[in-house]
Amino acid sequence: MSKTYEEINDKIKKGTAVVLTAEEVSELAKTLSPKEIAHKVDVVTTGTFGAMCSSGAFVNFGHSNPPIRMERIELNGVQVSGGLAAVDTYIGATDCNPARPAYGGAHLIEDLVNGKDIRLEAWGKGTDCYPRKHIEAVINRNTVNEAIMYNPRNSYQNYNVATNGSDRIIYTYMGTLLPGFRNASYSTSGELSPLLNDPECRTIGLGTRIFLCGTEGYVTWNGTQFHSTKELNGYGLPVSNARTIAVIGNLKEMSTEFLRAAYYEKYGVSLFVGIGVPIPILDEDLAHRVSIRNEQITTSVLDYSDSSRLLGRTTYADLQSGEINVAGKKIRTSPVSSISKAREIAEILKAWIEKGQFLLSAPVKPMPVGTSLNSLKAENENK
Amino acid sequence: MTKKYILTFPVDATDRSVTYELIKKFDIRINILKAEIEIGKSGQLLVELEANEEQLERGIKYLKESGIIVSALANKISHDEEKCINCGNCASACFSGALTIKAPDWKLKFDPAKCIICKLCLKSCPLKLFKIEFAEQ
Ligand code: SF4
Ligand code: SF4
Repeated sequence: MSKTYEEINDKIKKGTAVVLTAEEVSELAKTLSPKEIAHKVDVVTTGTFGAMCSSGAFVNFGHSNPPIRMERIELNGVQVSGGLAAVDTYIGATDCNPARPAYGGAHLIEDLVNGKDIRLEAWGKGTDCYPRKHIEAVINRNTVNEAIMYNPRNSYQNYNVATNGSDRIIYTYMGTLLPGFRNASYSTSGELSPLLNDPECRTIGLGTRIFLCGTEGYVTWNGTQFHSTKELNGYGLPVSNARTIAVIGNLKEMSTEFLRAAYYEKYGVSLFVGIGVPIPILDEDLAHRVSIRNEQITTSVLDYSDSSRLLGRTTYADLQSGEINVAGKKIRTSPVSSISKAREIAEILKAWIEKGQFLLSAPVKPMPVGTSLNSLKAENENK
Repeated sequence: MTKKYILTFPVDATDRSVTYELIKKFDIRINILKAEIEIGKSGQLLVELEANEEQLERGIKYLKESGIIVSALANKISHDEEKCINCGNCASACFSGALTIKAPDWKLKFDPAKCIICKLCLKSCPLKLFKIEFAEQ
């Protein structure tokens, strides 16, 4: 049997849709077959809340009188993009002032969401149509025109596990890694993770409506570094970081419950982004996909002190047990993305759908297939 | 020199006469500022110890060997639970097991008794929620 988006949306509008979180459906799948699940369940909700460095926001400041064509822009002393005319900017989450590295673009974004005042200073060369050369002003969420989150690469499908085999501590975006394999960190939310519940992106594409930082958002494109030809395990899931999504949403409606600035020691600034993707159970294949359990999801363990050398593979069931056994070593594990928030996001999205407040949208354009990655060749080295 | 310490007694160490031993064996003057001990239960003493550095060191070693957890005051770790997102970064760095994050609820737990004041959590929390503070109440 199969269902259409329209049929599922009709049920959502009537308040009769059966919605489960990805954890609940995985539990149910221990006793029900994919066929029975396809019959019974209409939507499965997923969630993740992790640091996603490739994030940011477009902001339009409004024009001053006389107007300025901003070519260099600073917000609270952090330089942001001056490459968009005339009063638009893009705040990259990792933008920062090297003199004050612990406050950066992500903190500006969080301050904007919180309605805090931000000092703007901008310079332009002065043109016939934009005569002003310098401006100082105070902006906040209410004074700016648009504030639009746009993240080019989020929600990695199955990120790797990080550990450190060297004899010194290393500070990474995967957290503090202790020497001698004394810890390993993982950032994917396992069976709750959005792109692991629809691994081939059958229902995720341009236009898919999602939960984004507390409000509705949309998938706008494949994320950058979209790799759709990675090695698969026996359950058809990539065994290392594969697909990603680009997302968009109204920053003014977001909540810092699901968006938080982060600073990693000796690494820099990043942004915790909360994403939840609803998966419509259109047929048995999708029912089978969402039923995936932590013990069936394999990922790769890399030594971050040794050019990300592959040490071995493990599963999310082992990772979440607190200890993995890789390459003959027992290594203590901890998550570095919030599993409790991921769960909360899946629950909230479920409640929105159950209440008829959130309808599903079919992708306008599917994700690309057969993609792999180019690497960058450095010039003039070793001369 | 005079220094303040919090002595935490596990169940089996409470009935030993620490004060007496410290004075007799190590010539340390001990001033009990606050006591919360019941015989047969674990408890805490807030003490001020006065002696020269070498005596202090030996006395503290003795206390530790007796199963007492000794933490220098002004060296208590705490974090802002309100703002915590339960990401796990601090627990990942905490090798003493004081900070843990586990199934089923995946919420951060802090067991101060296991904290060895290594300060790694201060560096590792991406939200910078940890601080060292006085534990005197
Ligand atoms: S100071 Fe060290 S031992 Fe204490 S909680 Fe922090 S990381 Fe753990
Ligand atoms: S690192 Fe900070 S935010 Fe994350 S769990 Fe620890 S205290 Fe909470």
